[in-house]
Amino acid sequence: MARIAGIDLPKNKRGEIGLTYIYGIGRSTARKILSEAGIDYNTKVQDWNDEQQGLIRTIISDKIKVEGALRSEVQLCIKRLMDIGCYRGIRHRNGLPVRGQRTKNNCRTRKGKRKTIANKKKAVKK
Amino acid sequence: MSRSLKKGPFISYKLENKVQVLNESKKKSVIKTWSRGSMISPDFVGHTIAVHNGNKFIPVYITENMVGHKLGEFSPTRIFRGHAGSKK
Repeated sequence: MARIAGIDLPKNKRGEIGLTYIYGIGRSTARKILSEAGIDYNTKVQDWNDEQQGLIRTIISDKIKVEGALRSEVQLCIKRLMDIGCYRGIRHRNGLPVRGQRTKNNCRTRKGKRKTIANKKKAVKK
Repeated sequence: MSRSLKKGPFISYKLENKVQVLNESKKKSVIKTWSRGSMISPDFVGHTIAVHNGNKFIPVYITENMVGHKLGEFSPTRIFRGHAGSKK
């Protein structure tokens, strides 16, 4: 069982994919890490030996911001936007999409579950 | 898409001149501007700039954190007061 950055990696996935289970590591970062450690992308996570695991661990802890540290950095950036009161900050505060998407409908990811308004008048049939 | 670095940040030259005059004379006064697209440069810090939102001028006090943003970001053009009939 490979445990890196406080996350259990899935055993029987390729190394390249397995690493992406860590927050802050995607396909390309995973490839960079593996090539730096001199491990084939296709080696399964369970086939890494201890030495290789150690290499990966040191690379991640030295060079890449992952998990908690990265999450808090993102939160800080958002907080900065909210504090200076710019448009993007206001959108974050109101829980609406930040990058100019339409809000007439959709945008449920930001707005959350639909809230139906009671007693809303229905369109009158003619 | 971001602006070409070669050109440097866009700052309305009128606004820039006004800020410079204020900086030289060490005075603080509100500058009215319509130039929402101007980037906030480090010279602006500490000044209050009234940015037009299409209706009126919104005074914006420039702080260190705002450098690099545009003036218009601090002067919202739409005001949403909630839907009719939806009580909070």
